[in-house]
Amino acid sequence: MILFLQQLINGLSLGAIYALIALGYTMVYGTLQLINFAHGEVYMMGAFAALYLAKWLGVDQNPSVPGVIVVAVGAMAFCAVLGMTIERVAYRPLRKMSRLNMLITAIGVSLLLQNIGLLAFGALQSFPSLLPEAKWELTAGLVLRSQDVQIFTTTVALMLALHHIVERTQIGRAMRAVSHSRDTAALMGIPVDRVVSFTFAIGSVLAGAAALLIALDKHKIEPTMGSAYGLKAFVAAVLGGIGSIPGAVAGGLLLGLAETMVSGYIASTWRDAIAFILLIGILLYKPSGLFGKHTVEKV
Amino acid sequence: MAGPAAPAVRSPLLGYALFAAAIAVVWGIEAYAIPWTDPYFTGIVIRIGMSLLAVMGLALVLGFTGQFSLGHAGFMAVGAYGTAMVVIHTGIHPMVGVFLGGLAAAFAGLLVGLPTLRLTGDYLAVVTLGFNGIILVFIQNTPFLGGAAGLTGLPVVTNFGWTFTWVLLGALFIRNLLNSSHGRVFAAVRDNEIALRSLGVDTTRAKVIAFVVGAFWAGVAGGLLSLYRASIFPSQFQFERSIDILAMVVLGGTGSLSGPLIAAAALTALPELLRPIADYRMIIYSLLLIVTMIVRPQGLLGGKELIDLFRRRPAAPKASGGKAA
Repeated sequence: MILFLQQLINGLSLGAIYALIALGYTMVYGTLQLINFAHGEVYMMGAFAALYLAKWLGVDQNPSVPGVIVVAVGAMAFCAVLGMTIERVAYRPLRKMSRLNMLITAIGVSLLLQNIGLLAFGALQSFPSLLPEAKWELTAGLVLRSQDVQIFTTTVALMLALHHIVERTQIGRAMRAVSHSRDTAALMGIPVDRVVSFTFAIGSVLAGAAALLIALDKHKIEPTMGSAYGLKAFVAAVLGGIGSIPGAVAGGLLLGLAETMVSGYIASTWRDAIAFILLIGILLYKPSGLFGKHTVEKV
Repeated sequence: MAGPAAPAVRSPLLGYALFAAAIAVVWGIEAYAIPWTDPYFTGIVIRIGMSLLAVMGLALVLGFTGQFSLGHAGFMAVGAYGTAMVVIHTGIHPMVGVFLGGLAAAFAGLLVGLPTLRLTGDYLAVVTLGFNGIILVFIQNTPFLGGAAGLTGLPVVTNFGWTFTWVLLGALFIRNLLNSSHGRVFAAVRDNEIALRSLGVDTTRAKVIAFVVGAFWAGVAGGLLSLYRASIFPSQFQFERSIDILAMVVLGGTGSLSGPLIAAAALTALPELLRPIADYRMIIYSLLLIVTMIVRPQGLLGGKELIDLFRRRPAAPKASGGKAA
């Protein structure tokens, strides 16, 4: 029972990170029907942006809560600009062409950013503690870490903010309209380009937040972390139903729990396989994902 | 997009005679030229041959049938480990082992393809990507297959002659398949699947056939790789390898067989030529991919074959060209 509860905490913590990244995949897919392979690399760049910003501002020497907030906002802003730039330079010129072309460009951008990362940042780098860390033993053997609390609270806050933006604001309504039908939205006078750009910005901001959270938790970041987490987060988005915002959250949590349960009860070496086994399972029984709508192709 | 080139009407015997002559030339080179060639250079040529086999399979799946597979290296892994198991545990001729390895990969392709190819859209991309991941985890966790440390002590059989015999067989097989009624259906699936379905054609079956054939040739490429350096490792079949093969097909041109083959040869040789700037290799490579997609989205020879460039216009193919006026 203790093992189960401990894996539950670990799983929710990991799942929250997956969910934050998965939201970026799912929102871009919703508007452009594009698997944005470069999204994982935006997340990776966010972690390094946070590291260099923290060093430049000296937050790593004398950590403080306002300092961390500045670093977080800086990293998230950097990710937003990066995401919007990628969309503008690499995807927008191809929007009229076949989706295959955009998909391959996305893979190209992902490779490019990852290799720039490898050249510029080298391999593994350690990430300083910017916030005081604590461990609470809830009962014998059941540990809750302050990092888990950070991840839960930040994720919940960001989800509420996202929900507010998507459901309650003008731009959110425009986003939903564009994802419903891009052509119709354009005819109704919605500036589609600006909405797509905004969608990339939001997704990238969430990825930047996830990057800082994971860096503060694991204390090491590397240029290949984008492909590792990105791929899993994408699977999470498909599990939940790609294009669906609540689906991405549910898929992320489900995947995080499944991974920690597998490493807790079976063997940690099989942990990486569970994502893909779940993926194939869901595609066999409910291809549109947990929350996805079944769409019929119309001519 | 134009369909596969219509063959000029000529005796099939002439074609097979040409094919036999090509095989003879390959073995002539193996016997008389390879012993005097720098082994380093021969090694590059053999690796080009393996890339050609993997690429022709994906060219069929992606370029001609329009199905987006992201796990071609996974099928190479099945072929490589299948071949290795057969060769280690039976006394059979290693090239029969390569064939069986190819069959194992084709079977894996069937298992992956049957449930997934019913769906349209990007599902195949996701599942094949997942398959590539699972197969590596499976190999790494199976002591019988050597685990993460790899499988060593395999015989070294793959040489120039065998590699290019397989390349010629593969090219002939795929070319003939594309010129058959199957090939027409593949192109139609790519160009308009819904229209094809409304004509009562079983599009799932066509996609599965293309996918299984593509997996077979990837498996053969893997099998040859396993018998090339006496050892294989799971790390040789990672997602990056799938992307390499994908890039070759896309840069060479979708809907073309010779284009991807040229790209495969060039992109396999390029890293060797770029040794001095090896650090920037992947950056150049990814920029090439992005710029090609934006500037020339159809790739080097999109929808055309090399031979079309030398044909006079009036003789250009029109058998299945969708837009032929």
